[in-house]
Amino acid sequence: MNASLCVAWFEEAARLVHRDRDRLTRLDAEIGDGDHGTNLDRGLTEVRKALAESPPGSPAEVLTLAGTTLIRRVGGASGPLYGSVFRQMGKTLQSPVTLAAFSAAFEEGVVAVERLGKAALGDKTMVDALAPASRALALAVRDGVGVREAIEQAARAAAEGAEATIPMRARKGRASYLGERSVGHMDPGAASSALFMEALATVVREAA
Amino acid sequence: MKKLINTAESVVEDALNGMAAAHPSLRVRDRVVYRAEGPRPGKVGVVSGGGSGHEPLHAGFVGYGMLDAACPGEIFTSPVPDQIVEATQAVDGGAGVLHIVKNYTGDVLNFEMAAELVEDVEVASVLVDDDVAVQDSLYTAGRRGTGATLFVEKIAGALAEEDAPLAEVAAVAREVDERSRSFGVALTSCTTPAAGKPMFDLPETDVELGIGIHGEPGRARVPMRPARELAVLAMEAIHADLPLRDDLLVMVNGMGGTPLMELYVVYAEVAAFARGKGARVTRSLVGNYVTSLDMQGFSVSVCRLDERLTRLWDAAVETPALRWGR
Repeated sequence: MNASLCVAWFEEAARLVHRDRDRLTRLDAEIGDGDHGTNLDRGLTEVRKALAESPPGSPAEVLTLAGTTLIRRVGGASGPLYGSVFRQMGKTLQSPVTLAAFSAAFEEGVVAVERLGKAALGDKTMVDALAPASRALALAVRDGVGVREAIEQAARAAAEGAEATIPMRARKGRASYLGERSVGHMDPGAASSALFMEALATVVREAA
Repeated sequence: MKKLINTAESVVEDALNGMAAAHPSLRVRDRVVYRAEGPRPGKVGVVSGGGSGHEPLHAGFVGYGMLDAACPGEIFTSPVPDQIVEATQAVDGGAGVLHIVKNYTGDVLNFEMAAELVEDVEVASVLVDDDVAVQDSLYTAGRRGTGATLFVEKIAGALAEEDAPLAEVAAVAREVDERSRSFGVALTSCTTPAAGKPMFDLPETDVELGIGIHGEPGRARVPMRPARELAVLAMEAIHADLPLRDDLLVMVNGMGGTPLMELYVVYAEVAAFARGKGARVTRSLVGNYVTSLDMQGFSVSVCRLDERLTRLWDAAVETPALRWGR
């Protein structure tokens, strides 16, 4: 992975989030406060602007700039949470950026968000999409799967993880206030996390 | 949707411009609302903040005897760390700064990040979590901060005005939070300018019990009933968690779209309930203070006062939304 592929990842993620803005907001209105799509759309627009203004030279710098921008511009919970994922990835990503290096940094990013949000698998949060994606990447590295296939598997794992939040009862974030009434709705953070992974799969596929 | 806005994107900015224009006692800079006169040396700075859409909370409580600065975020979205850092450094009079934070994941995260980024200012933080509709357990993000935020800001602000040290101001803020409980009831949902339609469907015949202040659904939906019964439901939920006795401060708060007349109808029932439990309502407040845009409904907040808290509640305050004794 080089810097321009990493920039393309955020551009594609911004496109997907913008396209699905109303769906994310609707999911959030059902069990939260109905601003996830709007906020993330606003945040990723800022990220695109920041990346265009001072194009970073390495994937690590792209991730750090994207993470810092999300923390500084979005507010709410999703700003600091997504910001921490990418900032931590940027901080720990080893060069050259092989699949193994990317997978290791991704895992660090997921650990950072679990720690900051005090969330674990099954709490009905973005972790339910990100952790399976991280596991899929690690397994792909172990089994020597090619980059494109590995990212596809991670994206599928994230999408399935997001689906799996539907029957869960939320234990973190605003949806947790609803108790049993949070059951039957997809977690909006898990849904947007799946979009990030879908975006990555798309740009890796197109680069191949 | 009909709203008095220019654009959905500019509503927070436009409203802040209006506040600055209407209240020369305030200064608005980079999305932070300050007292115009700036910090007073030796006084603890009191800073709060949170999503917009709850007006007058928080910016309407900036002024003598209450907040030194408020950081408004986007609608129902917590402010970002930069705003909080800026506010904290600007209001420090050398005695440190208290952050009053409503217990929501986003607010907590952004205030925590800001506290880490602040340089050369001692910062203490107090979480407000008064909403009895949410069980504080491993299975939730903890109780929400709602109406009692006003009590905490007023009383901590009063003590800070007396030049009490930071640890004492933080301690009284925690004490007020511990002695306060709230419960909310919605007759309608609310409409954010960006969404343009109500956050959830609530039929004419039903109300939501145990709502928060972001248009999120509550704990249960029940058929609409007379104000007396709704007031009793709210008060019973509070009484079950914090037995009502001795001297009470009681606020009946409108959610933004409820006529004041109806709030007084509710207040009469709330006060009667408290009396029925043998408590004395020695201080009261009725009006729209911690709102949820255009939502119709009310919340009740109760604080068990003692002599010191009563004195601090009575102390002079001069803000756009709360003013007496000066």
